[in-house]
Amino acid sequence: MTRPWDRRDFLKLSGAAAALAAAGCATPMKTKARVVVVGGGFGGATAAKYIRLWDPAIEVVMVERANIFTSCPLSNLVLGGSKSMEDIRHSYDGLRQHGVQVVFDEATAIDAAKRVVKLERGGDLRYDRLIVAPGIDFLYGDIAGFEDAMKARRVTHAWKAGAQTIALRKQLEQMKDGGVFVLSVPLAPYRCPPGPYERASQVASYFKKAKPRSKVLILDANPDVTSKGPLFKKAWAELYPGMIEFRGNAKAVGVDAKSGTVKLEVEDVKGDVLNVVPPQRAGDIAVKAGLITANNRWCGVNWLTCESTAVQNVHVLGDATLSAPGMPKSGSMANQQAKLCASAVVAMINGQTPNPEPKIVNTCYSYVSDDEAVHVASVHTWNAEQKTLTTVPGSGGVSAARNALEGAYAWAWAVNIWQDTLS
Amino acid sequence: MRIALVVAAALAALPFAAQAQSSGRDLAASCAMCHGTDGRGAVGYEPLAGMPKQDLVRKLGEFRSGAKPATVMHQIAKGYSDAQIQLIADYFSAQKK
Ligand code: HEC
Repeated sequence: MTRPWDRRDFLKLSGAAAALAAAGCATPMKTKARVVVVGGGFGGATAAKYIRLWDPAIEVVMVERANIFTSCPLSNLVLGGSKSMEDIRHSYDGLRQHGVQVVFDEATAIDAAKRVVKLERGGDLRYDRLIVAPGIDFLYGDIAGFEDAMKARRVTHAWKAGAQTIALRKQLEQMKDGGVFVLSVPLAPYRCPPGPYERASQVASYFKKAKPRSKVLILDANPDVTSKGPLFKKAWAELYPGMIEFRGNAKAVGVDAKSGTVKLEVEDVKGDVLNVVPPQRAGDIAVKAGLITANNRWCGVNWLTCESTAVQNVHVLGDATLSAPGMPKSGSMANQQAKLCASAVVAMINGQTPNPEPKIVNTCYSYVSDDEAVHVASVHTWNAEQKTLTTVPGSGGVSAARNALEGAYAWAWAVNIWQDTLS
Repeated sequence: MRIALVVAAALAALPFAAQAQSSGRDLAASCAMCHGTDGRGAVGYEPLAGMPKQDLVRKLGEFRSGAKPATVMHQIAKGYSDAQIQLIADYFSAQKK
């Protein structure tokens, strides 16, 4: 596959980006435009792939700090023990087959006036359009003592799959039978609304087999389970009777590493394994690039194009966005937003009007045991009156009941979305 | 005069055709996270690539009415209009299996 690069631009490139260009490019030729994608999660990787699918004359460079993709969806199964890290890790090589130039580097700054992304090692990368898909970073400061306790390995968030997933699994394995696993959930909106309740189910599933006198205590800043509540509560009562305790309106404000305590507004709660998920905002690069528009946390976008409402020529998608009504922060949603964005970017570069009626689907599966799952689905469409995406009345819903058929579909969903995103 | 009108109509129809093509493609892309990119290569879900148009239209209709049993497709199919289902079916029926 040829890697067409604009010669003028080629000469301006430096570092890793230039090396990459040189490797793939015997005869540099003019392309329509270059799109740079920052972030290779479900959103960024899908956008990079689909722009190449839909217009191979557009050059796409994707910048990602990790050299392997680790899926947050299904990572709770690693905690439960039915899947391993190998099962949720995938190579970025598939994107290269579509002609996406994958650069493993850290984007440190964005100069929107010059249309340049600055890389930690690779120098400057010029773009015609930029897609920022940075996921989330944490508001550590909202929970006193969290960062120190995390550094001392006394508390994890494990809300980005990777090293902390492995660390938390190890802590669960080392915990004595009869111990208490404390899971603290931040106020919505946060990444993956049903994620905490799937995690509680998975840890309970492990305890039931390996240390049956142990307990799972959910301290939820929200008044009640925020997603699929009745399905989760039924599963907990029937599969893990007496094992999972849920406390609503229980917002964590601090962590004490030495005593193993999560501090709530009115009381302290002790646990043997502390898993505190802090409140979140758009990833750091979105802050540096001036893309945050709402509550100092999220990036406002035009939902017809995912273009930032703050910075021209820059699109934002995935968990970092200020979600439209009823839209969860999920891998499924990011994959779908990425296609909406890819279609708009291709249209704009070709001087056409973006699709005026985009429609996207979300489906989040959660495993309540090793093999049974439940889902929530929604369909979102452009609403001309409200000028945003809203859910289609009468569509969507949750599982009729948890079962193994949904469990099989859930695993197949993961395999297929990984493929649709990465290969 | 008549010729001019016909030409004008044909020209007016052009951008619409381009739009219809990409909107079928975009709508179909919303199915890909489960049924595979362009309806191909998925595990555990029926492939949609190459499915005859009338089959896909009929099946989505049956999901909407409840005639075809489903875990999730009835909830998804209700999110699309008849016209959108036609566009999706056009797109998938034209894809290689
Ligand atoms: C969240 C995953 C998901 C998405 C997204 C999805 N489907 Fe499905 N599809 C399923 C499942 C699961 C089934 C099996 C029936 C069931 O349990 O709902 C199915 C079955 C079907 C079937 C019946 C196949 C057969 O021959 O019996 C058709 C047709 C279909 N889907 C079309 C579509 C179209 C068109 C779209 C996009 C508009 C779509 N699906 C989006 C999960 C999905």
